[in-house]
Amino acid sequence: MIASLSLVLLCQLAGEVIVRGLGLPMPAPVVGLLFLLLLLLARDRFVALARGPLRQDGVENASRGLLAHLSLLFVPAGVGVVQKLDLVAEHGIAVAVVLAISVVVTLLVTVATFLVASRLMSRGRSAP
Amino acid sequence: MNANPFSLWVYLSQSPLLWLTVTLLVYATTDALSLVTHRHPLANPVLHSIWIIGAFLMLTGTSYTTYFGGAQFVHFLLGPATVALAVPLYENRKVVAAAILPMLAALVVGSVTAVASVVVLLAEAVGLPRAVVLSLAPKSVTAGVAMGISESLHADPSLTAVAVVLTGIMGAIVVTPLMNRMGIADFRARGFAVGIAAHGIGTARAFQVDAVAGVFAGIAMSLNALVTSLLVPLAVTLLVR
Repeated sequence: MIASLSLVLLCQLAGEVIVRGLGLPMPAPVVGLLFLLLLLLARDRFVALARGPLRQDGVENASRGLLAHLSLLFVPAGVGVVQKLDLVAEHGIAVAVVLAISVVVTLLVTVATFLVASRLMSRGRSAP
Repeated sequence: MNANPFSLWVYLSQSPLLWLTVTLLVYATTDALSLVTHRHPLANPVLHSIWIIGAFLMLTGTSYTTYFGGAQFVHFLLGPATVALAVPLYENRKVVAAAILPMLAALVVGSVTAVASVVVLLAEAVGLPRAVVLSLAPKSVTAGVAMGISESLHADPSLTAVAVVLTGIMGAIVVTPLMNRMGIADFRARGFAVGIAAHGIGTARAFQVDAVAGVFAGIAMSLNALVTSLLVPLAVTLLVR
């Protein structure tokens, strides 16, 4: 468990070093995600890597544990609304309406693009 | 030994222990209620945790800074949880690889829509001040990343964080009824859309509904974090005058 968590943190740390070191415009945890993914894929290739947290679902179980309560992790940032009550009183309704419209439009546009693209792709495959 | 209950409160209300306990306890309760209602969209545990904790802070006159002293231990885990998304991605790599083209198309179109819709509506239609528009532009990306973007634009990162969480809650509440109403049965597409529009809170919702939807939401959320951090500065120079 501890070794698995360390591996997750180590991937994030490596991401942080790369992002800061090279001045990349991307979030460090996303680079960490890529590192962990590459490690898991490499483990299937090279048996020598399958040890410690990379063995017997170690890092897999730790990650599932972290993801099981993903929503909890957003609570502290959300409570920050108590600092913004003046803004809520002034523009709250306009901002909420705009955010709601934007969310619905984004959901519909994204889902439509995904479905159209996947239909075009399967048509392209069946008709050579 | 402390005889005065008031001085005990003064001590506890400044300690991280109390606020970490409050955060976990309130979330555990709202999550249990959400489970009792069979994960009804309106029983969203994040939404109810936030107003309950917020009200408690105001009633006790506690500052957000003091609260965050305890809650930061939870907040910190956002980073490791993003890294942990590698595991569902790895486990579903075949499903994901088969859908790589629709994902890339939906990613580009969805990210642009998420940023442009909010910037255009706020700046043009509502006419909010520039600083507010800049702070709200990255609202569809996960909190840590959005706050970074907002900071690099000299906007208000704490306002961004609030907009991010609000957007996530709205997306998580609306996605299931909306997709059912539209008759969309492809859980890859449903998950991907909620990951783009509503980041981690949407992803958490997707995992509650369907495992494949959760995986696609997680990928969408990570890819959107990449694309939006490049897109927002560009959109801002083009759209905000």
